[in-house]
Amino acid sequence: MDRSLIPLIFGMAAVTYLPRLAPFLFFRNARIPARLDAFLKCIPVAAIGALIIPGAFTATPDLPWAGIAGMGFTLAYGLFNGGIIVPVLGAVAVAWLVLSGM
Amino acid sequence: MQHSDTRDALKAGIPIFIGYFPAAVAFGILARTTGTTFWEAMLFSIVVFAGASQFIALNLLATGMGPVGIILTTLLVNFRHFLMSTYLSTRICEKAVKYYLPMAFGVTDETFSVMSFTRKSLTRQFVIRLELTAYTGWVSGTLAGFVLGRFMPAILTQSMGVALYALLLAILMPELKTSSRSLVLALASGLFNWFLVTVDVLPKGWSIIVCILVVASAGAFFNPGFIKEDNIHG
Repeated sequence: MDRSLIPLIFGMAAVTYLPRLAPFLFFRNARIPARLDAFLKCIPVAAIGALIIPGAFTATPDLPWAGIAGMGFTLAYGLFNGGIIVPVLGAVAVAWLVLSGM
Repeated sequence: MQHSDTRDALKAGIPIFIGYFPAAVAFGILARTTGTTFWEAMLFSIVVFAGASQFIALNLLATGMGPVGIILTTLLVNFRHFLMSTYLSTRICEKAVKYYLPMAFGVTDETFSVMSFTRKSLTRQFVIRLELTAYTGWVSGTLAGFVLGRFMPAILTQSMGVALYALLLAILMPELKTSSRSLVLALASGLFNWFLVTVDVLPKGWSIIVCILVVASAGAFFNPGFIKEDNIHG
C-alpha cells in the first residue's frame, strides 16, 4: 500500500456507526403504532433467514458440501436439543471432517 | 441483578466469540497478504467492527477502487444494521442517552440475533457485556490472524467459515420449532434472498435489506393477530 489507509478506515467506521446509532436516538421514546410494531417484531426472523441463505451454501468455498453438512448437523442437533456452543463447534467439526476427505 | 447480567452476557457472548475469532483470523491473514500494515489491520477491526464490509474493503482496495467508492459500498453493506438497531431500540430498556453510544457501536448481525431471541429484558449491563465479548473475539482474532496466520492449517480456517452460519441457525432453531409462522417467514426471507443474489441486480448488501423490508411487512400484514398476542416492550 503506497498511501495511508487511516482516512479510509475512519470513513468506513463513521458510515458503519451512524446507521447503528441513529435509531436509538430517534425511536427510543417514540410511540410505535401497532402495525409498525408487528413489522419490527418480524425483523429478527426475516434478517436471520436472509443472513443464512444462500451464504451458508458457500461457507466453505472449495467444497460447499462441507459447509452444508456442518449446517445439517446444526439443524439436526437443534431439532432435539437446545444450546449454541455444541451446534456451532459440531458444525465446524463436521465441515472439517468432510474437508479432510472423510 | 448485575451479577446474573454478567453471567448471562458471557454465556450468550461466548458462542459469538467462538464464531468471530476464526473469522477475524481470516481477516488478519487476508489483510497481511494484501499488504495492509499491522496497525491498519488492527484499526479496521477496532473502529469499524463489521465483518463483511472489512473483507469487501480489502477486495476493493486490491481492485484499485478509491476511498470514496469503498466508503459508499460500506454504507450500503452495513445499512441493514439500521433496521436491526430500530428493532433493538424497542427492546433495550435504558433511559440515559450516553449509554446508547457504546451499545450502538456493538450492533452486529450476531449480537443483534442473540439479543432478539433473549427472553429477558435487555439491560445496558447485559447488552454492553455481550457486545464486549463479541468485540474481544473480533479484535483478538484479527491480531492472531495477522501475527500467526501463516502457521494455521488452511483446512482449519476454511472449516471455521461455517461457524457464523451455524451460530445464526442455532439461535433461530428454538423459535422455528415453536412457531410455524416464524419458520415460514425465515424460509421465505432466505429463499427470496437467494433469488435476489442469483439475479444480481442490487448492490452488495441490499438484497438482505430488501428481504427484511418485504418479508417483515408481509409478516405484519398477513397476521394481525400477532400484534395483540404480545406487545410488551422492555
